[in-house]
Amino acid sequence: MAKKVALMQGNEACAQGALYAGCDFFAGYPITPSTEVAEVLSIELPKIGGKFIQMEDEIGATAALIGAALTGAKALDSTSGPGMSLKQELLGYACIAEIPCVIVNVQRGGPSTGMPTGPGQSDMQQAMWGTHGDHAAIVLTPASCQEIYEETVRAFNLAEKYRMPVQIQLDEICAHMRERVTLAEPGELEIINREKPSVSPADYKPYDATKGMVPPLATYGSGYRFHVTGLNKAADGFPTTKAELVDAEERRQIDKVMFNLADIQKNEEYLLDDAEVILFAYGSTSRSARYAVNELRKEGVKAGMFRPLTMWPFPDDRVAELSKQAKAIVCPEMNLGQMVREVQRVAQGRCTVAHIGRVDGEPINPGQIIDKVKEVL
Amino acid sequence: MAQRYEIRFSGAGGQGLITAGIILAEAASIVESKYAVQSQSYGPEARGGASKSEVIISDEPIDYPKATIVDACLAMTQVAADKYANGIKPGGVLLIDSDFVKNVPQGDFKVVQIPIMRTAKEDVGREIVANVVALGAMIALTDVVSREAGEKAVLAKVPEAFIDLNKKAYSIGFEKVKEALAQQ
Amino acid sequence: MAYDYEKSIRPGKLPHIWCPGCGHGIIMKGLIRAMDTCNLDRNNTAVVSGIGCASRLPGYLDACTLHTAHGRAAAFATGVKMAKPEMTVLVVGGDGDGTAIGGNHFIHACRRNIDMTYIIMNNSIYGMTGGQFSPCTPTGALASTTVYGNPDPTFDIAKLAIGAGATFVARGTAYHAAQIDKLIAEGIQHKGLAVIEILDDCPTTYGRRNKFRSVIDMMKRLKDIAVPVAAAAKMTPEQLEGKVLTGVLHKEERPEYTEQYAEVIKRAQGV
Repeated sequence: MAKKVALMQGNEACAQGALYAGCDFFAGYPITPSTEVAEVLSIELPKIGGKFIQMEDEIGATAALIGAALTGAKALDSTSGPGMSLKQELLGYACIAEIPCVIVNVQRGGPSTGMPTGPGQSDMQQAMWGTHGDHAAIVLTPASCQEIYEETVRAFNLAEKYRMPVQIQLDEICAHMRERVTLAEPGELEIINREKPSVSPADYKPYDATKGMVPPLATYGSGYRFHVTGLNKAADGFPTTKAELVDAEERRQIDKVMFNLADIQKNEEYLLDDAEVILFAYGSTSRSARYAVNELRKEGVKAGMFRPLTMWPFPDDRVAELSKQAKAIVCPEMNLGQMVREVQRVAQGRCTVAHIGRVDGEPINPGQIIDKVKEVL
Repeated sequence: MAQRYEIRFSGAGGQGLITAGIILAEAASIVESKYAVQSQSYGPEARGGASKSEVIISDEPIDYPKATIVDACLAMTQVAADKYANGIKPGGVLLIDSDFVKNVPQGDFKVVQIPIMRTAKEDVGREIVANVVALGAMIALTDVVSREAGEKAVLAKVPEAFIDLNKKAYSIGFEKVKEALAQQ
Repeated sequence: MAYDYEKSIRPGKLPHIWCPGCGHGIIMKGLIRAMDTCNLDRNNTAVVSGIGCASRLPGYLDACTLHTAHGRAAAFATGVKMAKPEMTVLVVGGDGDGTAIGGNHFIHACRRNIDMTYIIMNNSIYGMTGGQFSPCTPTGALASTTVYGNPDPTFDIAKLAIGAGATFVARGTAYHAAQIDKLIAEGIQHKGLAVIEILDDCPTTYGRRNKFRSVIDMMKRLKDIAVPVAAAAKMTPEQLEGKVLTGVLHKEERPEYTEQYAEVIKRAQGV
């Protein structure tokens, strides 16, 4: 049987990926340029008995997301710019309470209302550091409609496996362009569901890490009565201010990600074997970068591209290796210098690190990248 | 076909040009299994004033997703012609609605003139299918997908009750351009 | 025989954090009695709160408990109820949590008429942070941030809830302990969003500053100002000056949100 293919927007592909992953709950608040994710799920979720709720604001949406996730739902929330700023509060709650959920941020210009219909990549550091307090983040940056579909599935898998919020950072270009998407057959892509407790309700502790870094999460209404709080808490879920317990919990919640980098990180390496100049690019900008690499190669420039699909945790080790190999790493991004800071941090002066920033609502075009590469070489 | 072929549909908001772009992208990427990326103007830009929808078609995966200098352009209104008909490749093609674009853009490209809205209204019978007339015309003009693939994509998009109307619109648009080209 | 509250309390979680003279404990006991009256299955009961002294209540109760972020309880609870409508969802919290930072979530929960019971313990102050004025602090009263007297007008929580669309609204006081469980139980049994405002006192951060000599004085005030709805009907406006109505203030039938969404599902599925 021929596979189901359809032309769809990145936002629609995100919604379809969520459905494939088993998403059965969406809470959101309308905001350009993310709204199509909500629109598609408002149509599709009730068809499968799932729930869609449009909340009173973006904070309420993330609150509802977490509440639903505690009943066992696989929950998605999508937003942009100002909405993502509002969500930072409860993103932190999902981190500390270890609630699996997926939040999509379709990046537009900013700060504040900025340019609602223009693309941006200026929430990249916010994705890691936006919510207060130390925490881990998993942030994915797909670049095509097909990839948005598949990475949304991966986002749910990571959320469920590591029991934490996972963010998908799109940009307006990827979110609104239409491309062919081949929809996966049932069983074709791996679907991971959160681990259920193996102990009796009487013995259950929601943060008992003695058997692994990711404690199983029970669901409300399944016979397990447990407490969830945004306070620092002990293994039993109840608040504590005991220094050693707080320290251990804080560290575990970061370590569960940092000790599993091989499982979480994903990159594409394009023509890197002999590359002397490496473009570090992601999202829609990586498409301009690939175009530029191809053009530069035609001119005899040994160019290549490193493209993180998992932006956070940042691919420190691989970028460090590349900084030893390359004469220069060039970072085009639709902001005034965000991920380039990480490249600089990791490269430690071993190679030239250059930035191409653009925040005028226009994409970075291949010509700009080619010019910059020639300038730094 | 060239490795990368870019087409822009432009006109007034509400003329259905975004849909025309989507149908063309479907004809290329779903019916003919090529690669296509469609994008469009959004927000205030898309309301009322000039609206555009761009499609890139290629035999290979498409990297840069936005139109650069287009191979072919449609302008349904004077505003759209003034705003969007400036970035056409040397040797490219421009199709204009001859009733609405009186001030014809000049450049190193071929201009084909058809009264698209009038054709939809008088020859097909419904002004609302002007976008499908335009789509048929653009496919005839560019050969970027086959006539059959375009028609298949149109018919897959419309409700049962409007199949004949759209089939007619597509066909008349296609023929009008072929006639115009024959006369040139 | 004394009422057995302990079966509903999580072992080892008492003593609670509340100060001597605080009414929150009285309200918690009323809530436990109401839960018993309604035969709630604690496995299928979520108790959701925000931040503040009152919001610590869920931690003591043996149920599915969710202590959320400041003001967000109603929105978290909406997610729980929407995803699992078969659960009974109770929300508890204070006046500042519910009507200031959580005001938006509160009014929209009322508007949706989602089947939850929201118990607001109104002690007119932000107690946990040391006595700053809340939207329910009386005008002119002293708080740590209104040392010259509170310039703000106050919210009438019950009127706010009625105006926003809550279909069951009641008010009690911490003094009238025997009434609390009855009001809450009726709220739980009501299909739709029920708001139960319980007037309460904070001797530590409000009483001392506002010239109440003792907890007993504060309790006496609650006793004196409360007028049952039925009695109020026979009183003149002059007699009602300075009084607060208690009992069931509003009750109506209106479609409940999760039931409405069940209809959406049916329509989407073409049933």
